[in-house]
Amino acid sequence: MNPGRKRQMRLVVSLTLAVLLAAGLIYTSFSAADEALTPTQLLVRAKPGDDYELTGTVVKGSVRHLANGVLDFRLADRAGGARSVPVSYTGAVPDPFRVGRELIVTVAKRGSGFVAVSGSMVTKCPSKYSPAKSA
Amino acid sequence: MVVLVIALIALLLAFLVWFVSAPLRKPARLEPAAAGDRRALEAARASKYAEIRDTELDYRTGKLSEEDFRALDRQLRAEAVEILRSLDELR
Amino acid sequence: MAVVGRAALILALLTTLFGIGASIYGARRGRREWVDAGRRSVYALLAILSVAFAILEVAFINNDFAYNTVANNSSITTPLFYRAAAMWGSQEGSLLLWVWLLSLWSSLAVFLTRNRMREVVPYAVSVLLGFGAFFSSLLVFFVSPFALTSPAPVNGAGLDPLLRNPSMMIHPPMLYSGYTFFTIPFAFAVGALITRRVDAEWIQVTRRFALGSWLFLGLGILLGARWAYYEIGWGGYWGWDAVENAALMPWLISTAFLHSVMIQEKRGMLKIWNASLVLGASTLAIVGTFLVRSGVLNSIHAFGASTLGVPFVILITAMVTGSIYLVVSRREVLRSEHQLDSLFSREAAFMLNNVLLVGLTFVIFWGTFFPLISGALTGTESEVGAPWFDRYTVPLALMLVLLSGIGPVIPWRRATLANARRNFTLPLLAALAMLVASFTLVPISSSPATVALFCCAVFVFAAVGQEFWRGWRVRRATSSDTPPVALLSMVRRNRRRYGGYIVHVGVAVLFIGVAASATFQRSHYVQLKPGQSDVVAGYTMKVVRPTAAIVTDPTSTGALLTLGAIVRVSRSGHYVTTLHPTAEFFPDPSGAEGPVGSLIGGDSVSELSLDSSLRRDISAAIDAPSVQQAIQGEINRANSLVNTDRVGPRKRLTLSYVLLAAIAHGYLTNTPAAQFKLTSSPLVMWLWIGALIVFAGGLTAIWPTGGATARVRARYFARVAQELGRA
Repeated sequence: MNPGRKRQMRLVVSLTLAVLLAAGLIYTSFSAADEALTPTQLLVRAKPGDDYELTGTVVKGSVRHLANGVLDFRLADRAGGARSVPVSYTGAVPDPFRVGRELIVTVAKRGSGFVAVSGSMVTKCPSKYSPAKSA
Repeated sequence: MVVLVIALIALLLAFLVWFVSAPLRKPARLEPAAAGDRRALEAARASKYAEIRDTELDYRTGKLSEEDFRALDRQLRAEAVEILRSLDELR
Repeated sequence: MAVVGRAALILALLTTLFGIGASIYGARRGRREWVDAGRRSVYALLAILSVAFAILEVAFINNDFAYNTVANNSSITTPLFYRAAAMWGSQEGSLLLWVWLLSLWSSLAVFLTRNRMREVVPYAVSVLLGFGAFFSSLLVFFVSPFALTSPAPVNGAGLDPLLRNPSMMIHPPMLYSGYTFFTIPFAFAVGALITRRVDAEWIQVTRRFALGSWLFLGLGILLGARWAYYEIGWGGYWGWDAVENAALMPWLISTAFLHSVMIQEKRGMLKIWNASLVLGASTLAIVGTFLVRSGVLNSIHAFGASTLGVPFVILITAMVTGSIYLVVSRREVLRSEHQLDSLFSREAAFMLNNVLLVGLTFVIFWGTFFPLISGALTGTESEVGAPWFDRYTVPLALMLVLLSGIGPVIPWRRATLANARRNFTLPLLAALAMLVASFTLVPISSSPATVALFCCAVFVFAAVGQEFWRGWRVRRATSSDTPPVALLSMVRRNRRRYGGYIVHVGVAVLFIGVAASATFQRSHYVQLKPGQSDVVAGYTMKVVRPTAAIVTDPTSTGALLTLGAIVRVSRSGHYVTTLHPTAEFFPDPSGAEGPVGSLIGGDSVSELSLDSSLRRDISAAIDAPSVQQAIQGEINRANSLVNTDRVGPRKRLTLSYVLLAAIAHGYLTNTPAAQFKLTSSPLVMWLWIGALIVFAGGLTAIWPTGGATARVRARYFARVAQELGRA
């Protein structure tokens, strides 16, 4: 086989390999991903056994630090609304956690409530840069 | 107060205009057309010398076989000679 | 003065526009004086932006709350150090810092190339000023740092307590320096492609600037990692957060470029690839800048939703289409001079390195932007978590580390069995020894990935050590230097080579730290009262007693109340160390929390207490929200006491402070159970040490060669001249 053909073949083989690997990557990303939902959406759509990315605001009066280190609270839609989701959380609580703050947490449905994946809480930077907060 | 602000802004503007337009106000310098080529050749010469040295170090630390080194060294030196010749022609 | 600041920004924009016009006009008409005027515009931009920067910084230091940005990001009780850094805690302030740094590094680039690449520089200057024009426009038309409110508020909101960390002073400037520095190789690549001068000079200049960007950005990323390590809930030193990923991607691509450009130098290959890498890395740097301030992706860094999304998307689209157009239309200048000889060669190893790095970047890119991709394709946004990233990046990283040991040692052109034996025997034996050790001496055999990493790292150490040894022998043989001097002069005369080898060692050390700490870290979340203890990874951690401090502000962050604990750490009965975790409570200037609440009812921050050694990091932290919840009842009682009618306004503040002391005292005498995070993490220090080694190597590589080269050059000139005479 002349060098030209060899190089062409090498190129074809490596490109095919790259495409296959990329396809594998892309395929698994869809199955491994957690859907991002608001509390109202979660109450409607949640199925037990699946993980979901819940984004919501901590409801006033709902925060309880339990004796065994579990943190219980409820999350409501950012826009407000009557419906809120109860969450049981274990693990590191980021410092900005407060009533009225927005946060993201990965949860799974358990009975009538939701259990969070340990340590999955992420708080959004307190709204200093959005016009909503009045200083 | 307003006068101070206007004066400061005017000062900044004047400085900018003066500084940026300085080359435009001086008589134009004549630059030999080949200067760019000379600089490019000098850069090529410097990197060629570095390559020759690097190749020798590669050979001595076992990353080039003897025959590969001899062939490569000869070729690089020939290329260096070419660059030196071009540089001489420019002078 | 705010008017002067705003005028300065408008003047800056005009300067950039003039500079672009002058440079292009001068280049096309061959009029040197216009090109020089264009170069001076860059210096002038630095000067005028410095004026704007100084005005804003002075406003922050003087607590001039008439400025909206000062009122939103600083306060009377924010310490001076953090007032100065608060300037870039906001969208508009950080943009000003960004464009100021852009003008600073552009001035440096223009200065360093004042006598070189005369055809390319005018276009490069235009591109740099183009970026300056874009960012100045954002500051002039979209988000002004000089917006005022009249009458000026009495106090500001204060710098977010989470940002009151010394890293705030250095991490953003260093990171932005990295991002802005990337515009320089981009500008010179565009200029070289436009003028069709992609030659040795271009390689020399671009390589230096690319290395500079690589160093700055790497340092910025490292500082960010260290800061995240100290904060609770930030995911440790690396959390695959969108903004972290956005900074890493251009760094990986520029690492690929720094390797493949050597192939272009030596063999004239990969020209299209290299041009694409340079353009791609810089575009990713702008994407990173965009991500952190657009609110488009969820991130712990996100500034929040902003109006700047559209202009940035336009800029990025222009960069991508412009780059593709230039590379395609200039492809005959970028044709390869040689081809690959063998798959077992240094050239092939460098190509594989590039493939792995680009692959790694693709994985990170896909995972980071997946919410947007899935949202566009399926209608709902989904996020991939850290485990998905780990699954794909760990094998790629392993292969890269192994390759970084093969690369320095494998021969050029083609490797034969004979020289493979000569070069690879020692490293392979060393790796094998490590494999044996990991089942006998080093307790890591429970994790195959960690064992593999350790073996690859040892392979790298042996390979690089072998290289240093051989080079040193050569140097001793060919010069009269004493042995230690020979080592130094060897490195000095081949800075790029040995600097690069040092970087490889640093990366291997860094990954040892990452592998060990990521795999074998143990964290416990426990509720403890004074006297109680918990055991983590063999370390007994006992809460000895609570601590409280008011007003003294032990960490100089402006916290009026600091509650904490003394934690005694011991192992098998022997004392190891004492930790002092605390929770700090900050003022709430809005008054919504009541009189006592306004002193300590704002945000609370947990201060990690850390004991580091080469073998392990032990840390303790108190969950601040849980302590806040615990004392909230006391705060409410104190508020109602202060708010009784009979207390006059002046006495209220004094009474509030007295009650603050009472709350602190109450915490000491009747301590509630607090939530503790107790962690033991092996070999974390290796991470920081490895990073330092990487920077030492990078600095060695970028250090300009001095007078020694002139002497050497003269010698070679003589020898080649001999040949000239012979030819």
